[in-house]
Amino acid sequence: MKTFNAKINVTLKKSVLDPQGKTILEALHSLGFQDASDVRAGKHFELTLNANNEIDAQNRVKEMCDKLLVNPVIEQYEISIS
Amino acid sequence: MKVSVIVFPGSNCDSDCWHVMRDVMKCDVSYVWHKDHDLKNPDLVILPGGFSYGDYLRCGAIARFSPVMKEVVEYARRDGNVLGICNGFQILLEAGLLPGAMLPNRSLKFVCKHVWLRTENTGSTFTNRLKNGQVLRIPIAHGEGNYTASPDTLKELQDQNRIVFRYSSESGQVADEFNPNGAAEHIAGIMNEKGNVLGMMPHPERASEDILGSDDGRAIWESLLSCHSRESGNPATFSHR
Repeated sequence: MKTFNAKINVTLKKSVLDPQGKTILEALHSLGFQDASDVRAGKHFELTLNANNEIDAQNRVKEMCDKLLVNPVIEQYEISIS
Repeated sequence: MKVSVIVFPGSNCDSDCWHVMRDVMKCDVSYVWHKDHDLKNPDLVILPGGFSYGDYLRCGAIARFSPVMKEVVEYARRDGNVLGICNGFQILLEAGLLPGAMLPNRSLKFVCKHVWLRTENTGSTFTNRLKNGQVLRIPIAHGEGNYTASPDTLKELQDQNRIVFRYSSESGQVADEFNPNGAAEHIAGIMNEKGNVLGMMPHPERASEDILGSDDGRAIWESLLSCHSRESGNPATFSHR
């Protein structure tokens, strides 16, 4: 068993409107950042876990995402293991 | 009628539901703690509003894994009546008993006010005492009631007549300006395919007595009682207003 660090980025699917991102974009524009567009707000998780190898760790974190961390109706995710 | 109100850590409308079901509707009501496995053989399960588990992760996302939810899901699969109000609706979505998901309100603000709802389905266990298009005045109180679902799901809900309530004007006009949170199709409440699970963001338990400014929510309880009386062979006993 080795210890791995997992980082998970959760974002809203492209097809889902993001009220938070929209409001943040408006704030950026009002601060003079006219060059900004398409702000999407998301979530970031970090966790450590024990696994035999990196592939097992990846699969385990994917299970966590599918079961709890991510709502597949509106969200998508990316995992990085180190 | 026997009613069980599920209590999660962070539920805060459980007492309101209990009070209305017992004192106003004269039902036999029990609380069921989220760690219990016995639903106490109810005719109706209510998942009340509140902030279960502090709304951590996503509203309802952690409550759906509470021990009692296994029984609630089985109860619903056996055609038991389940009503999820506000956070209860969010829990039903997370548990997969109803389709779709909630986003933060379009305004990003917590909205707490009376709204008007147009009744879209009067054939259900929850709405059989209502008239088609009847407009109800019932309060909402939520930060995440911006209902969303895939276009296919929205079409299915519409085609199967499962959109039960829409936000509207006092006269029943449905338009963006009367939609308090940005919900798709102005959806305030939907039910499952079999019609025994209803989720709604507005709080009928806060609108069941005149003294609270509206008793329009009573029609939902009366519908349930009326169905229950028919099934049990006893005439409905609630008084007419």
